[in-house]
Amino acid sequence: MASSYEYDDPSYDSRSYPPSSSQASDQGYDPNFVPDSVKTFVVHLYRHIREKNVYEIHQMYEGSFQRLSDRMFRESPWPSVEAVAPYVDNDHVFCLLYREMWFRHVYARLSPTGRQRVESWDNYCSLFGVVLHGVVNMQLPNQWLWDMVDEFVYQFQSHCQYRAKLKNKTEEELQLLRQYGQAWNVYGVLNFLQALVEKSMIHQILEREKEGLEQFTATDGYDYEGGSNVLKMLGYYSMIGLLRVHCLLGDYSTGLKCLAPIDISQQGVYTVVIGSYISSIYHYGFANLMLRRYVEAICEFNKILLYILKYKQYHQKSPQYDQILKKNEQMYALLAICLSLCPQTKLVEENVSAQLKDKYNEKMLKMQRYDDEAFAVYDELFSYACPKFITPSAPVLEEPLTNYNQDAYRLQLKLFLYEVKQQQLLAAVRSFLNLYSTISVGKLAAYMEVDEPTLRTNLMAYKHKMHSVDSDGKIIPNADVEFYINEDVIHVVEPKSIKRYGDYFLRQILKFEEMISELDRVKLD
Amino acid sequence: MVRERESQQQQQQVSYTVEQLVAVNPYNPDILTDLENHVNEQVSSQTYSLDANLCLLRLYQFEPERMSIPIVVRILIKALMAMPAPDFSLCLFLIPEQVQMEEQFKTLIVLSHYLETARFHQFWDEAVKNRSILEVVPGFEQAIQAYAIHVLSLTYQKVPRPILAEAINIEGLSLDKFLEYQVANSGWALEKGHGRSQLIVLPRNEFNHPELKKNAVDSVPLEHVTRIFPILS
Repeated sequence: MASSYEYDDPSYDSRSYPPSSSQASDQGYDPNFVPDSVKTFVVHLYRHIREKNVYEIHQMYEGSFQRLSDRMFRESPWPSVEAVAPYVDNDHVFCLLYREMWFRHVYARLSPTGRQRVESWDNYCSLFGVVLHGVVNMQLPNQWLWDMVDEFVYQFQSHCQYRAKLKNKTEEELQLLRQYGQAWNVYGVLNFLQALVEKSMIHQILEREKEGLEQFTATDGYDYEGGSNVLKMLGYYSMIGLLRVHCLLGDYSTGLKCLAPIDISQQGVYTVVIGSYISSIYHYGFANLMLRRYVEAICEFNKILLYILKYKQYHQKSPQYDQILKKNEQMYALLAICLSLCPQTKLVEENVSAQLKDKYNEKMLKMQRYDDEAFAVYDELFSYACPKFITPSAPVLEEPLTNYNQDAYRLQLKLFLYEVKQQQLLAAVRSFLNLYSTISVGKLAAYMEVDEPTLRTNLMAYKHKMHSVDSDGKIIPNADVEFYINEDVIHVVEPKSIKRYGDYFLRQILKFEEMISELDRVKLD
Repeated sequence: MVRERESQQQQQQVSYTVEQLVAVNPYNPDILTDLENHVNEQVSSQTYSLDANLCLLRLYQFEPERMSIPIVVRILIKALMAMPAPDFSLCLFLIPEQVQMEEQFKTLIVLSHYLETARFHQFWDEAVKNRSILEVVPGFEQAIQAYAIHVLSLTYQKVPRPILAEAINIEGLSLDKFLEYQVANSGWALEKGHGRSQLIVLPRNEFNHPELKKNAVDSVPLEHVTRIFPILS
């Protein structure tokens, strides 16, 4: 039943280059050789960090690092941190940062070995440890801080996949897994993210900001009073990290709770870095889809897809471009699913709607037919667009050694398709209701070729499935076609067309006020 | 009397601690036993905490050897009782497929299926057959009846008596008594329908009376109105 449509590809998300299996050793990689360009790079980067020149740091981080990687390190790692350390006064924190970038490069362009995975974990422990001790004094670009959290969760996800594929592991690899069971342990990962959230006091900062007692969004999270933005921003981004980890575990409700302190109905620090914006909304939308809050998911997907449509051209040169495109495609697939389960005509902006039709019109028509072919399409789109679910428990490293990395995904898919099946009856109800303003239960039952009790049951099922429960226990209607029953007669409710007078008047009032004050300024001689 | 109050206070203190633990330190294998005890407390004191139960199911996910089937069964029954909230599905997302193959879970999944698709008649039939599993949790019947009434209230302004009877599994004199109580306390009313049948008029809400629906889209958030306060003053 579960198609592994694009699920088990070795590049777990679309990184710029496919991983080459050959490690650098056969290319004659010498970890101790430091080319001049790298020397210059680290010396300048170190200086900019010491001088808290965020703009320059960002240029080097986004620009120079990528260019050097492209030119000189396409198929080998960067020089080792030990070789580079003498040029940066052996600065402990800089070395941790350099190593983080070093490992990220290996994950993106090469294929990390078991040992490298463990070493990367150790590096994150040290790096986050230093930050949590509150001794870090730097200001780093938000892009870098987001990438750190994003990569941390990604490497965790990658490791869970890695250690769940035991069949073809060498004895050496199995030994490493046995020996370093603590590396990428789920408790460790979650507790680091939780600690960053707590130590940064980001919840309190956001609360105080609402009351006007704190500047945070206004400065994009940067500290203009000589302090450091690192702990604060890592804490902020960790909320999104926690949402993501909980989605990977299948715990959607808790994931949404982790994101709750961020108000996604408006712009905020989470929208400053496009990667964090996309990751937040993708996971938020997905969690709402699994919670059957379709209208909420549709609204949020619509907003972000419109944003990407407008602004993606500005990111064409950035290293995140491929990721942006991939997530864009996945969200169109999720939107197609939501609209097939909960048809809506007024919630999707027309450009997004046009794109959606372009990509998925045929598939959406199939999904709304609710036959066997429909389930195959739901399966395909879900498998394409879903997060890479994980099995968090430690691997059992004894015979028989199996590959169970797809188990988590199969469970989520199965439960999702089960829900789709339960909603199979609703499509027919909806299309018939669209045809009448009033009709007796008996007549409708005859037209739908079911008996009356079955129809009454289906009508109640429609009501139940089309009303979701939000986190405060409130009932939220999702359907665009509504009805109520008076004894034996069904009354279909005309959807009201909504004219937004309030907003219009407010805007006009402000405009006129502006005009009047301008006129007041005119002096007549 | 004093001792009763003391132990009640102690119980309250323990629950308070568990809620705090879940909020402050949820990713911690040491709280597993506390959470299991909390489940049993929820059952005996007819309370419910989704967050604590999800936390426990997550810990079982992290350490499958420590999973206790009876505890999970209780969590699932409690989740069923929380309908229309999707808690039952939320719990299933966290329980490995092989575990869901156990007989008790299969039964609960079937019961959930009937409730999700409003097949109350089949639900009550199946529930009676599996009384032994469900009896463990007091208040089950009443919770499901409340859910049934909720779905009826979404759907009907006036519902024929037999439909109501089937949905809440109460008939005859007991149903009369039940209706009396609802009329007196919950704003229900009784009318005569076609023929000699009885009609129950359910309380008005925005779902069965669309004219009551607040047109939320045209309401303006306060923050926007504050923009014109300087002008108005």
